[in-house]
Amino acid sequence: MDYTSKIAHHVAGIPRSGIRDFFELVQGREGVISLGVGEPDFVTPWHIREAAIYSLEKGQTTYTSNLGLLSLRKAIARYVASFFEVDYEASKEVLVTVGVSEAIDIALRALLNPGDEVIYHEPCYVSYCPSIVMAYGKAVAVETSKDDGFSLKPERLAAAITPRSRVLMLNFPTNPTGAVASNEDLEGIARLCIEHDLIVLTDEIYSELRYDGVKHVSIASLPGMKERTILLHGFSKAFAMTGFRLGYACAPQPIIEAMMKIHQYSMLCAPITSQNAALEALENGTPSMIAMRDSYHQRRDFLVKRLNEFGLSCHLPGGAFYVFPDIRATGKSSKDFAMGLLAAENVAAVPGSAFGPSGEGFLRCCYATGFDDLKLAMDKMERFVGNL
Amino acid sequence: MSTDPLLQLLRTKARYAHDELAALLSLSADQVTDRITAWEKDGTILGYQAVVDPEKADADAVAAFIEVKVTPERGGGFDRLALRIARFDQVTSCYLASGGYDLMVVVEGGDLREVARFVSEKLSTLDGVLSTATHFRLKTYKENGFIFERETASERLAVSP
Repeated sequence: MDYTSKIAHHVAGIPRSGIRDFFELVQGREGVISLGVGEPDFVTPWHIREAAIYSLEKGQTTYTSNLGLLSLRKAIARYVASFFEVDYEASKEVLVTVGVSEAIDIALRALLNPGDEVIYHEPCYVSYCPSIVMAYGKAVAVETSKDDGFSLKPERLAAAITPRSRVLMLNFPTNPTGAVASNEDLEGIARLCIEHDLIVLTDEIYSELRYDGVKHVSIASLPGMKERTILLHGFSKAFAMTGFRLGYACAPQPIIEAMMKIHQYSMLCAPITSQNAALEALENGTPSMIAMRDSYHQRRDFLVKRLNEFGLSCHLPGGAFYVFPDIRATGKSSKDFAMGLLAAENVAAVPGSAFGPSGEGFLRCCYATGFDDLKLAMDKMERFVGNL
Repeated sequence: MSTDPLLQLLRTKARYAHDELAALLSLSADQVTDRITAWEKDGTILGYQAVVDPEKADADAVAAFIEVKVTPERGGGFDRLALRIARFDQVTSCYLASGGYDLMVVVEGGDLREVARFVSEKLSTLDGVLSTATHFRLKTYKENGFIFERETASERLAVSP
């Protein structure tokens, strides 16, 4: 059968993920030191796992409300009020989702009419452009640069806005660059969004992982922004719960209602075991979260120092667990560099180009890896660069 | 537990070289050395040791947790007698505790008889020791923060978004 005619055009048109290509290459090799992951190296803290087990022992295996357990939504509202300083009503402004990924998908589907433009900053997480396309939107990438610390500059955003612009997607701290946005940039972005009546979809999954004692600021907390912002957050990164697949959206009630329509007919609800674990994370997880954050902080400092020492210029990322060294001085493309490094030294890091064209010339190195492996990886990378 | 990041790191990574500790904490190696030396001098750091699984190292080794009731002395309280007990080589840990007994003494020996002899000949014969209750260790699950049953690391994908 000719399957090409059976696949929807807008799906067939989405290219294969660059990450997936690289993954398949790495998978066949033995003894690879990987800086290529996008998740914590910690196992979920025991008290959270134990809460999940306990809920199973108690027979809590049913559906929950489409929106999620009310007890969890209340805990989320309390946490968001204290951490992001934005107040949401647990009963109607919070939706528990299967990871932030689902939240992005249903938010875009709830907001977009075919052809509506969605602006996002790039390099960015691999799902943004495809999610927009799958929601029949038009993806408009705004490049960010190393000189700006990969933050989104309001003037660059302004240049991308057209009468068809409907949504702005933000992700600070950023995967893959670790970038954070200054308060000044956020205020400029907020002004533009109000002026042009844009809805902001802000993925703040890495917001607890901020370093150097700087407090995370959400665009939702800026004056006039709560009414036009969908704040997305979850448990994967801060609480090392990637496999639990749990996230949430906080937004004005009409938007949550629209997202919930899609969620209830596609997902029904997030798994109850994960919801129970998430409740424990919010109620008692802060000390373990802080310990993990401090450990990432140490490893970030080590990696940035080493990379700069052997000539891969690297900005100091303010958040997440990625560094994004500039490899342009080596004269190699991102992909050639990553392939060469893998072939010569068995160290895997993801080519920056996997995160959009503006990631070309960079490499994403994740430091959520044991210190001994990081040391070894840096020594190997130093030798590789020296031999070029 | 101390909130000093260097001291915290040393509790699990005592074998890291000073320049490695320095790199993780954005300090210079000299700063790390100076602080560790000062802690060693003032007794904040008492020593460094490997946490060993006794079943793997020496299957016959025996340990016992001994509840000891004592008569406190005028002036010295429990300290003099507790230190007298603690100084025996067989005693690996010794705590003053609240509750049904006074001292919790952990004793290790090459076999059962050695521990029993220590309790009957040395410990219970001390002036001031009123009674002992000896509980032999059957299995260790966790010691000094280390779980003995290692969790199999779940296989993270080598590359993920």
